[in-house]
Amino acid sequence: MGAMSFQVVVLAGGGGLSKELFPLVTKDLPKALLPVGNRPLISYLVELLEASYIKDLLVVVASEEAATLVENFISSAFYDRLRVEVVSVPEELETADVLRKISHRLTADDFLVVSGDLMSDIPVGAVAALHRRKDAAVTALLCGRPNLKSSEGSTGASSKDKTKQPVSDIIGLDSSQEHLLFLASSGNVGKELKVRRSLLRIAGNMEIRTDLVDAHLYAFKRVIVQEVLDSRPGIKCIKRDLVPYLIRWQLGLGATPAPASAVSDEGSDPPRAGSVENGAPAVSISGDEVSSLLQRVCSIDPSPFKCCAYVASPGKYCARVNTLQAYGEVNRAIADEMISLTQYEVSSHNNVVHETAVMGSKTTVGPHCMVGEGSQMGDKCKIKRSVVGRHCRIGSNVTIVNSVVMNYVTIDDNCSIQSSVVCSNAHLQERSSLKDCQVGASYVVGANQEYREEALAKKEKSSS
Amino acid sequence: MAVKRSTRATDIGDDEADVPLQAVLLADSFAQQFRPITDERPKVLLPLVNVPMIDYTLEWLASAGVEEVFVFCCAHAKQVTSHLEHSRWTSQSNFTVTPIESRDCVSAGDALRVIDQRGVVRGDFILISGDTVSNMSLKEVLKEHQERRKKDKLAVMTMVYRRCKPHPLIYQTRLGSEQLLLVVDPSTKQLLHYDSLKEAGGRESTKQQTLARQVVLERSLLADRPAVQLCSDVQDCYIDICSPEVLLLFTDNFDYQHLRRDFVRGLLSDEILGNKIHTYEIIGDYAARIDNLRAYDVVSKDIIHRWTYPMVPDIRFASPETGIKIGRSNIYKEDGLVLAPTTIIGPSTVVGSGTSISDNTIIRNSVIGRGCTIGSNVVIEGSHIWNNVTICDNVQIRHAVVCDGVNLKARAIIQPGVVLSFKVVIGEDFTVPAYSKISLVLQRHEEENSDEELEYAEAASGVTGSSPSPLYDGMNGSQTDDGEETPQSPRWDPLQVGLGGAGYKWSTGQDDEWRHSVAPIPPEKIKEIVAREEEAELEDAARDMTTSSRKDNVEEQPEDDDDEDADEEDDSLFFDKEVEALFSRAVTGESSAENVVLEVNSLKLAYDRSFSDCAGAMFRALLNLAAQGPQTTSRELLQNTKQVLLQWGPLLRRFLKHQDDEMEVLLVFEEICTEDKKEYAPVFASVLQELYDKDVISEEAIIAWASEKQHGDEADKIFVKQCERFIQWLQEASEEDDEGGEEA
Repeated sequence: MGAMSFQVVVLAGGGGLSKELFPLVTKDLPKALLPVGNRPLISYLVELLEASYIKDLLVVVASEEAATLVENFISSAFYDRLRVEVVSVPEELETADVLRKISHRLTADDFLVVSGDLMSDIPVGAVAALHRRKDAAVTALLCGRPNLKSSEGSTGASSKDKTKQPVSDIIGLDSSQEHLLFLASSGNVGKELKVRRSLLRIAGNMEIRTDLVDAHLYAFKRVIVQEVLDSRPGIKCIKRDLVPYLIRWQLGLGATPAPASAVSDEGSDPPRAGSVENGAPAVSISGDEVSSLLQRVCSIDPSPFKCCAYVASPGKYCARVNTLQAYGEVNRAIADEMISLTQYEVSSHNNVVHETAVMGSKTTVGPHCMVGEGSQMGDKCKIKRSVVGRHCRIGSNVTIVNSVVMNYVTIDDNCSIQSSVVCSNAHLQERSSLKDCQVGASYVVGANQEYREEALAKKEKSSS
Repeated sequence: MAVKRSTRATDIGDDEADVPLQAVLLADSFAQQFRPITDERPKVLLPLVNVPMIDYTLEWLASAGVEEVFVFCCAHAKQVTSHLEHSRWTSQSNFTVTPIESRDCVSAGDALRVIDQRGVVRGDFILISGDTVSNMSLKEVLKEHQERRKKDKLAVMTMVYRRCKPHPLIYQTRLGSEQLLLVVDPSTKQLLHYDSLKEAGGRESTKQQTLARQVVLERSLLADRPAVQLCSDVQDCYIDICSPEVLLLFTDNFDYQHLRRDFVRGLLSDEILGNKIHTYEIIGDYAARIDNLRAYDVVSKDIIHRWTYPMVPDIRFASPETGIKIGRSNIYKEDGLVLAPTTIIGPSTVVGSGTSISDNTIIRNSVIGRGCTIGSNVVIEGSHIWNNVTICDNVQIRHAVVCDGVNLKARAIIQPGVVLSFKVVIGEDFTVPAYSKISLVLQRHEEENSDEELEYAEAASGVTGSSPSPLYDGMNGSQTDDGEETPQSPRWDPLQVGLGGAGYKWSTGQDDEWRHSVAPIPPEKIKEIVAREEEAELEDAARDMTTSSRKDNVEEQPEDDDDEDADEEDDSLFFDKEVEALFSRAVTGESSAENVVLEVNSLKLAYDRSFSDCAGAMFRALLNLAAQGPQTTSRELLQNTKQVLLQWGPLLRRFLKHQDDEMEVLLVFEEICTEDKKEYAPVFASVLQELYDKDVISEEAIIAWASEKQHGDEADKIFVKQCERFIQWLQEASEEDDEGGEEA
């Protein structure tokens, strides 16, 4: 058990299942191991948790092969620091079903469920602490919406409608900003937003925010969640079903989400002048029965269901690598303002170039770039705002702008790559040009080819 | 004081320093929650802890730096103006109170239109009603309002609200008003949505029921804002800081009646002009409006508990003649009391001067007026006893309102929620059942379901002007009620007021009296509400679970949209058709002319029409009827028309409130003759003459119509030409009228 006896369930996704990330994620490269800033995605989350002294992890990976790969990585990278257990679940299980599947492994009073693609510097411990302090049934981490709009249209051919507009959440908070009263992703809300009056009556005051997103990190009270999952087989998805269900029930039982706002001035002596402590003057009800009834209605014993929210402070970073667009954004951010997450040492040129990397004459690597171990570059190459992985062979006169090049990639002379992702072992032949493309692993782009907004992948390797 | 105010004025707006701060006070709430009391005395003059309500409002305005107050009086205008004349407000420097009287207003909207016509308001003004009790400082809200106005001319109004307890039970216990929901942009304080459940829950239908449970917000509200605030724990104080444009808006939109239901809604839904309403939350200060009896009770208690400081019983702001002593636990005793030594005065009680109380009487949580005589062994709890009330021995009163001059005979029992209006007498040993309302004035029976405001119009026109002595009025009532009775001794029903009692019991026809009475809500009602709510909650939860992906949200939408679009298009056509249908029902005898008037009136409101629209539509219906009869020649048609006019002219007359309406009829007539019923064209002049003879259209309207047409083009003048002789005759007749008129 960790210091706070919190268990952590990391939903790390699988290999090749996430269509949003096609063709980046394959059976050989599960989502958890996708390189971000030349490090596997999941390593950031594990370090984030480690920073909060959370060392007991249950990493859930869809499909066995992927699970093995993830386990190999984690045990090699963190073997001496953490107790990590990797379990595999069948693919295509929805998140709540995953919880049901691993329910028997949960023993701590509270557990965290976190999506494996979270990139953040928000202290998870603070979320856990709030959850404990409030004795909440669920505590969700909310953070400011990242500006994804800037690079609209850089998504690949296989992108669905969802990825085109960032799915924003509609979140209702009470006046203390600590209680969660409403949660829906805007995709599920039509033209009209319906809010139940009973909710407003109990809460009194609700702020509906569209500038926050649900970071998919939740702290749950184990007993409640297990009970709900057992009794409600209809709940399939944590965000869509389970959390809204808990939110409803915190009110459905008639509990006030904010016991502090319950009748407190009943019977108290009012001050002589009009100085009011932000409340209404005393309700003068004669008849003890009535007032006791009122009291019962308004401040029922603290319900086990209380839904809280931890709103990250504005400067904090929080992103999920769940779309191609987000993948590009996160890589750029990691090479730039969020470089601290990687713990790399930044050079005087404001970039990270591994000492073993070799560069030809007149080759420039701009600021906010990364070049991995053992990569070689010919003459007159230009690299701007891009991440180049390990052991890449890059010819002469190659331009790489705004892109991610993974490991062991071969790029011949005179190629141009813009706003694209090139996966490991791919080969770009002479004078090929890519813009807004994704090149799958081991794919060969023919010489003199020009591609725009396409996903290029080997047939047999594609997930579907 | 004067110095302080002048500095205030400069604080408020540098460029408008020469404009005094003005307020418009509506001394009429255009509602009838206080009937039957308000049938005899206007609400603003009712005593609240022994001081007329309007004095609280005026005192607050004066202390908040307002320099000019226009008091708008409608019902019982004489009483209000004479009160103002005798009050100290008339003699204050730097604070003028000007009454504005108007008899025919039926709503706040009408009142504001009258005020606009008078042209007295020059700058930003404060709009309040005369039943507001507050001690808030206006400085801050005015500053906010004016700063906003400098940046954005469209920010026309700032609405003041106050936070209160969220739960409906507490909410209702507090002020008896229904649940209110404000949606506010937290950064700009702009009001985005105003919704009170009372309006939504009017008619029972499944859609209304879901509305009662759910608030529907347009997604677009959220579109360009990071956050919106939904407040349901608030109370609308009905204190509005308005820019002069507000009056213009009322004049332009002559169908705006209610300040909130019509005006605020209208502004919020209007996207073309883009006028905005902002909000201001009072923190710490007190403000409340007394719009029903429960609010009356609660505000009374707040005054006794000193929340409204400095408007408290021991500071004599309105009538400084008597001294008052304040004891522990808020017991206030005015000088000149006669108390028996064994009298027990409990906490939170005010007793007025000149009142005498005999042995072993217990009074708790109550307000006793001046000059009352209270016998021995009386129990008074949580009640409001006004002035000069006589209470004999062994009477028990709990949570009741007892007006001036009431006489309660020995051993009478007044149960909770009772209202006894002026000079009612309750006989010995009689028990007045809970929630009864008794008055010497006989209740007028109005149509149910008719609009609140119309109903009020009748009530107002019936009582306005003189302040009849209640007794006299009561006799009138009994006379019309039953011919047998002699005016000298109205026969009161001993079953209603006991032997030797006097008064009529008013029936309200509603079984939710408990909601708005002064008595606390009975426990069983609370249990009921709680049970009902929990049930609804469970139902909702169950439903939500069955439709887990919430598809139902989408399904319900289309119908709304279709409705509205269609409405916009053929509104006027529908309206005309509906009026004609109503009229034909009157012709066939299915409904009485009286009902038609009422129903057309409600259509008028539903479709946002004016009286001239109604008149036009009605006239069209008349002519259609006439044209249906057997007719081959113009002469027969004329004959038919004359018949129809003879029978239905008076009905049409009901909608001709104004010369403009009459002109509208003439214009509609012209339209009919040129378009759909050309057969009328040849007889235009004759029909016009008939309309004149039957007193449907006045000669002024005809002359105005003719002179207006004078400047039109030739095609427009066909009918004027046709009637040339008749018009000439009219003009001559009116000229000669002045001299003594010999020609016939």
